[in-house]
Amino acid sequence: MSEKELGQKWDHCLADSAIKFGTGLGLGIVFSVVFFKRRTWPIVFGTGLGLGMAYSNCQNDLRSHYVLHSKVAKEQ
Amino acid sequence: CCSACEIMICLFVSLQQCVWGKVKAHPLQHCRRYTTAGDSGSNAGKIVAASLLTVGGGLGSTILYAKWDPKFRANIEKSVPYSDQLFEMALGPPPPPLVPLQKKPVRVTITFTFPLSVFDACLHKDHHEPALKERPAEEVSARLAQQDKVEQDALAALTAGLEESLGSSAKTTLQAIGAQEAVLTAIATHTNKLKEAMDSQTPPDEKSTQWKALNEALSDRTRAMEEAEEALLKAKGELEILRGVINSAKQSKIDAARPQILAAEENLHSMIVDLDKVVTKVQTAQTEAKIMSQYSELVNEAKAQFQQELANITPEIQANWKGLSGKLSADDLNSLIAHAHRRIDQLNRELAEQRVREQIHIEVALEQQKLEDQKALERAVASALEHRREDMRLEQEKKVQEVREVMEAEMRTQLRRQAAAHTDHLRDVLKVQEQELHEEIMNSKMMEQETHYRRLTQEQLDTFTLDMNAAYARLKGIEEAIDSHVIAEEEARKAHQLWLSVEALNYTLKSAGADSPTEPLEGAVGVIKENCAENEFAQALASALPEESLSRGIYGEASLRARFYDIRRLARRVALIDETRNSLYQYFLSYLQSILLFEREQVAPPAKLAPEDLDTFRLLAYATYSIERGDLELAAKFVNQLRGASQRVAQDWLKEARLTLETKQVISLLLAYANAVGLGTTQAP
Repeated sequence: MSEKELGQKWDHCLADSAIKFGTGLGLGIVFSVVFFKRRTWPIVFGTGLGLGMAYSNCQNDLRSHYVLHSKVAKEQ
Repeated sequence: CCSACEIMICLFVSLQQCVWGKVKAHPLQHCRRYTTAGDSGSNAGKIVAASLLTVGGGLGSTILYAKWDPKFRANIEKSVPYSDQLFEMALGPPPPPLVPLQKKPVRVTITFTFPLSVFDACLHKDHHEPALKERPAEEVSARLAQQDKVEQDALAALTAGLEESLGSSAKTTLQAIGAQEAVLTAIATHTNKLKEAMDSQTPPDEKSTQWKALNEALSDRTRAMEEAEEALLKAKGELEILRGVINSAKQSKIDAARPQILAAEENLHSMIVDLDKVVTKVQTAQTEAKIMSQYSELVNEAKAQFQQELANITPEIQANWKGLSGKLSADDLNSLIAHAHRRIDQLNRELAEQRVREQIHIEVALEQQKLEDQKALERAVASALEHRREDMRLEQEKKVQEVREVMEAEMRTQLRRQAAAHTDHLRDVLKVQEQELHEEIMNSKMMEQETHYRRLTQEQLDTFTLDMNAAYARLKGIEEAIDSHVIAEEEARKAHQLWLSVEALNYTLKSAGADSPTEPLEGAVGVIKENCAENEFAQALASALPEESLSRGIYGEASLRARFYDIRRLARRVALIDETRNSLYQYFLSYLQSILLFEREQVAPPAKLAPEDLDTFRLLAYATYSIERGDLELAAKFVNQLRGASQRVAQDWLKEARLTLETKQVISLLLAYANAVGLGTTQAP
C-alpha cells in the first residue's frame, strides 16, 4: 500500500538515527577516554557526527523517489 | 554519558547566573563566576544593544542587497508580508519589468489596413458605376428623329447656300457674258468704222466726222474691254465661291442633297463653258481687229510715204488742202506726171515682185497660221477635253444616283416579297397544325372508349387477384404468428437466464468484508459467458471487467471509506512535499502546517473547479464531503487531482477505488441490459 510506504520510511529513519546516535556517542566516549584525556569535545563531536549522518540518510531516503538515477551503459 | 548531562546542566546554569547574577549552591568543577552583581544592568544593556545592533545590521544588509539585486527584493516581498511597503519607503518603487516593444506589429497592421481600405473604396466605386445598358426604344426613336431633323436642317441650309451662290454666280456670269458681247460689238463697230475710214471714197468733210467717230468707237472699245475684264474677274470669283460651296456640300455627305449638288455642278460647268466660249470669241475678234489695225497702219504709212515723196517733188504744193486744182504749173504737172509714171513703174515692178514672192509669203503665212492654229487648236482641245471630262463626270454621277435609286426600289420590293412569303408560310403551317390537332382529337375519342373497356376487364381481374392474395396473406400470417410465438418464448427464456446470471454476479459483490475484498468474480462471469454465448453485448461487457476484479475481487465501499480517512490524514501531513521541496525541514514544516491549519472537514464541491480549488486541503475536503454522501466516483476524481507526495500516498487507494468503480459500472450496465431485454420479451396479457 502506498500510504504505508511513508510510515515505513519514517520507522527506518528513526531506527537508523538511534543506531547512529548511539554509535557516535560510544565512539566519541572511546576516543575521548583513549586519545583525548577525557575531554568533552570528542563525545560531542561523535554524537553530532552520528546525528548528522542519520539526518542525511533520512533525508536521502525520503527523497529517493524524486532523485534521478543514472546508469552507465555498457560499451558494446 | 553522565558527564555530558552534567555539561549541559552546567551550561544552562552558568547562563542563568550570567544573566541574573545569582549563584546556585552547586559549585561544580567547571563552574566559574564570570561577572559581578553590579554588572548585571550594563550586561543587560550590552545584550540589548548587541541584539539591536544585530537586528539593525540584518535589516540594513537586506535592504542594501535588495537594492542591488531586484530578484532578491521580489523574493523577499513575496515571502515576508509588509516588506514591500518597507522597501518602497527605503528604496523607492521597484524597477519595472522588461516589456518587449510592441510598436512594429501595430505599424504593420496600420499599413496593411490602409491599402485594404483603398482597395475597398475602389471596389465600392466600381460597384457604383452603372453598367452599360441598352437605350429604350423611345429614346432610340427620339434620337433617330433628332438625327433626321438635324439632317433636314443641314440639308435646308445646304440647299439655301447652294441656291444663293448659284444665283449670284449666274448673275455675275450673265453680266460678264453681256460685257463680253458688248466688247464684241464694240470691236466690230470699231473695225467697221476703221474700214470705212480706210476707204477714201467718202468726201473729205465727212472724213473728219468719220475719224471722230472712229476715235469714239476706239474709246468705246477700250472702255468696253475694261468693263468686260472686270466682269470676267468678278464672274470667275463667284464661280470659285460656288465651287467651294459645292465641295463643302459634298463633304457634308447628306444623300438627299445629291441631286441638287449634281444640278449645281451642271450649272457651274455650263457657266464656265459659256464664259470660255465668249472669251474665245472676244479673243478672235481682237485678233481680227489687230489685223485690221495693222492694215490701217500700213495704209497710213503708205499714204504718208506717198505724201512725203510728193512733197519732195513738189515742195510748194501740199496735197491735203486746196486740192489738186489750183496753182499748178505745167512743170509741176509734168514732174508730177513723171513722178507718177515712175511711181507706177515702181509699183508695177513691186507688184510683179510681190506676185513672185506671193507664193513664198503665202507659204510662210500659212506656216505661221498653221502654228497659231495649232496652238489655238491645242488650247481649244484642252479646254474641250476639260469640259468633256467634266460632262462625263457629271453624267457618271447622275447615272450612279439613278442606279442607287433603282437598287433601293428593288430592295424594297424584295423585302416586301419576303414578308409576303413569310406570312404565307406561317399561314400554311398553321393550317397543317390545325388539321393535325383535329385528327388527334378524333383518335383520342376512339382510344378513350378502348381504354374504358380495358379498364373494366382489368378491374375484374384485380378484384379476383386481390381476394386470392388476401387469403394467401392470411395463411402466411397465421404461420408467422405461430413461428414468432415459438421465437418469443425462446427469447424470453434466454432473457430470464441472462437476468439470473447477472443477478448472481451482483450478489457476489455483497460478499465484501470490512477490510477484505470480495470473492473473485471469475465464477459468476464465467456463468454469464456460458449462458449467453449468443448475446454479443453481454459477452463484450463480461470481457470488459478488469483482471484484478476477476482474480482477486474488489473492495467494498465501506472499506474504501475507512481507508480514505487514513489517506486523508497522511495527505494533509505531506501536503507541502513535492519534487522541489523534499528535505527533512520541509517535512517538518508540512507537518506543522497540517497541525496549525484549521478548516472544515467537509466542504461542498462547486460545479466547476477553479484553479485555487486545486489546493490539497480543499481537494481533500471536497473528497470527504463526496464520500460521506456515498459518491465514490466524485471523491476519486478529487483525489486524482492531488499532486506531489500526497498523490503518491493516495496512489493505491485511487487504484482500488478505480477498480471498484469500473466493476460496479460494468455490472450495472449488465443489469440494466438484462432488465431491458427482459422487459422486451415480456408479452402483455
